[in-house]
Amino acid sequence: MSKTRRDFLKIAGMSALGLGCSALPAAAADPGHAPRKAAQGPAPGTLPDNALTATHWAMVIFTRRIKGPEHFDHIINACHQYHNVPEIPGHKDEIKWIWTDSFNHTFPEKETHFLAQDLEMMDFLLLCNHCENPPCVRVCPTKATFQRDHDGIVIMDMHRCIGCRFCMAACPYGARSFNFANPRPYIDGAKLNPDYPTRMRGVVEKCNFCAERLAKGQMPACVEASEGAMLFGDLDDPNSEVRKALRENFSIRRKTTLGTQPSVYYII
Amino acid sequence: MLEKALKGSPGYWIWLLVLGGIASIGMLAYVVQLNMGLTVTGMSRDVSWGFYIAQLTYLVGVAASAVMLVLPAYFHHYKAFKKIIILGEFLAIASVAMCILFVTVDLGQPQRLFNVVLHPTPNSVLFWDMVVLNVYMFLNLFIGWVTLESERNRVAPPHWLKYFIYLSIIWAFSIHTVTAFLYAGLPGRHYWLTAIMAARFLASAFASGPAILLLLVFLLQKITEFRAGDKAINTVATIITYAMCVNIFFYLLEIFTAYYSGIPGHQHPITYLFSGLHGFDQWVPYMWVAVAGAALSLVLLIPAKIRYNHTVLPYALGLLVLATYIDKGIGLIVGGFTPTPFETVTEYVPTIPELMITVGVYAIGALILTVLWKVALEVKRDLGTIGEKPEDVEKLYVSKL
Repeated sequence: MSKTRRDFLKIAGMSALGLGCSALPAAAADPGHAPRKAAQGPAPGTLPDNALTATHWAMVIFTRRIKGPEHFDHIINACHQYHNVPEIPGHKDEIKWIWTDSFNHTFPEKETHFLAQDLEMMDFLLLCNHCENPPCVRVCPTKATFQRDHDGIVIMDMHRCIGCRFCMAACPYGARSFNFANPRPYIDGAKLNPDYPTRMRGVVEKCNFCAERLAKGQMPACVEASEGAMLFGDLDDPNSEVRKALRENFSIRRKTTLGTQPSVYYII
Repeated sequence: MLEKALKGSPGYWIWLLVLGGIASIGMLAYVVQLNMGLTVTGMSRDVSWGFYIAQLTYLVGVAASAVMLVLPAYFHHYKAFKKIIILGEFLAIASVAMCILFVTVDLGQPQRLFNVVLHPTPNSVLFWDMVVLNVYMFLNLFIGWVTLESERNRVAPPHWLKYFIYLSIIWAFSIHTVTAFLYAGLPGRHYWLTAIMAARFLASAFASGPAILLLLVFLLQKITEFRAGDKAINTVATIITYAMCVNIFFYLLEIFTAYYSGIPGHQHPITYLFSGLHGFDQWVPYMWVAVAGAALSLVLLIPAKIRYNHTVLPYALGLLVLATYIDKGIGLIVGGFTPTPFETVTEYVPTIPELMITVGVYAIGALILTVLWKVALEVKRDLGTIGEKPEDVEKLYVSKL
C-alpha cells in the first residue's frame, strides 16, 4: 500500500512539473505589445490587401455642387440603406447617420441675422465629424466607441456598448443616435443589406465613415452617391483630393472653438 | 446584529410589505422597459439623459449626510453627534445603493454592465464614478457595522477603524466631485461647463443631505422613543444653513457670469429654465417654485431663534429639500441639454413608466434604510440609550466596566 502511494505521488509530481514546463515556451515566445503609432499603419493582417488606407481620413462637402433636395435624399438613402439604418417616425426615437439642416442649425456659432439669401435657403449635410480629439471617445466607460490609431476614424463596437449614452451627452454636434426601441421592425425587409448587421435595442450608433467599405477598397456610400459633391481622402497626404480641394477653396468646420478638430470640411 | 431586523411590531412588517409592494410595481415597470427599450421614457436623441440620472445626481448629495456628522465628530471631537452618526452612515448606504440602481435602470444594455469593469477606462468619468460610489457604500457599511457591533458589545471601536473613518471623510468629497465631473468636462454643454460645478455639488450636498437626515430624524422621534438631542439637531441645522447660503451664492455666481458677459451660449440654458426659450417654457414654474422655496427656507433658517424652533424647522428643511431637488434633480439635466447642439429646443417630460421605476427604486432605498435603522435602533434600545442624551452615553461604558 505505501509503495503504491509513493509511486502515485512520484507520477503526480512529474506530471505537474511537465505541465509547468509546457507553459514556459509560450510565455517566452510572446514578443509583447509594441506601442502602436499612427504612422505605423494598421496592424499586419487586420486589413485586406486592397483596403483603402490613410493616416487621417477626412471629408470635404461641396454644398454648392448639391443639385437639390432629391440629391440630398439620394445621398442620405445611399448611406442609410447600406447600413440598414431604421426609419423611425417622429423626432424622439429617430436614428440617423447623415441628415440635412439649415445653416443656422449646422453652424450655430456662425449665426448671423442677415444671412445671404442663398445660404438662407440652402441645406447642409450633417454627419459624424470624426474629430481628431473626440469627446465621445474620452467619456465612454467601456471603450465601446473608440478611435482607430492608424487613420483617426471614430467607430462604435455595438457589442460592447452598455447604452449609458454618455457619448451622446458629450458630443457637441449631435451626431449620435440611440436605439431606444428594437430597430428591426423599422427596417424595410425588401431593402435589407446582408453585408452590414442590423443593431439591437439599447445601443448607440452613428456614421462610421464606412470603415467596412474602406476595408474592401470602396469609397463611402455617401461619397459614391454624391456624384462629386463629397470628397474623401487622406488629410495628411498633400496630393490627396481633399487637400487639393482645401487648397483651392475656402472651407469652414463646425464648432471649431471647442478644439475637437472635426475632419469634415464644408465648402459653401 | 442583522437578527434585530427580523423582530418587530406589526406596523414594522406592514411598512416593509408596503415598500416591497411598491418596489415590485417598480420592478414590473422595469421589466416593461427592459423588453421595449428606453422608448418608454421621455428621453430622446436630443435629451439623452433624463429623470434617472437626475435622481442619481441628487442622491449623491443625500449621501453627504454621513460626512457632515462624521467630520465634526472625529476630526473635532464633537460628541453631540455621536448618537446620530450611525443614522447618517446608514442613510448614505441607502442613498448610494439608489444611485447605483438609477444608473443601472438608465442603461440601454444593463446585462453588459460589467463591461465597465472588464474594460476599465481611466479616461472616462463614469468609470471613476462607479469606483468611488461603490467604495463609499462599502466604507460606510463597514464603518457603521463595526461601530455598531462595538457599541452593542459595550467596548470602544477598534483603534484601526479610525483610519477607515478618515478615508471615508475624504472619500465623501470624491463622490460629489467625480459626479460633478460627469457634467463639468463636456464641451458644448454650456450650462454644465463651469469650473465650480464640483463646488456647487458639494454645497448643495451639504445642505440637502443633512436636511433629509434631519427630516427623517424628526420622523423617527415621532414614531419611536429615539431622541437625537437638541444640541445635535441645532448644530446640524446650522451646518445646513451655512451650506445653503454657499449653494445659493454659487448659483448667483453662475447667473452673473452668464448675464454680465452677455454671451448667448451661456445665457440660453438659464433663460430657458426661468423664462422660456423659443416659446418652450414648461419648466419655468418649477424653477420659480425652487427660487421661492430657497428664499423662504433661508428666511426661516438664518435667524437662530426660528432655526432652533423645532416646530418650524421641519418646514424650513422641507422647503430647502424641495428647492435643491428642483435645481439639481431636474433643472440641471434639462438645462444642460437645452438648447441642443443645433440651437433648437427639445423638451423632455418624464413618462409614467419612468416615474413608476423611480418610485420603485426609492422604495428599495427606503427598504434598505428601514432595515439598517431598525438594527441601529434595536441595539440602542438594548443598551438603554435610545432615549438618552448623547452626553450621557459615555458614562454608560464607565459604569458598566
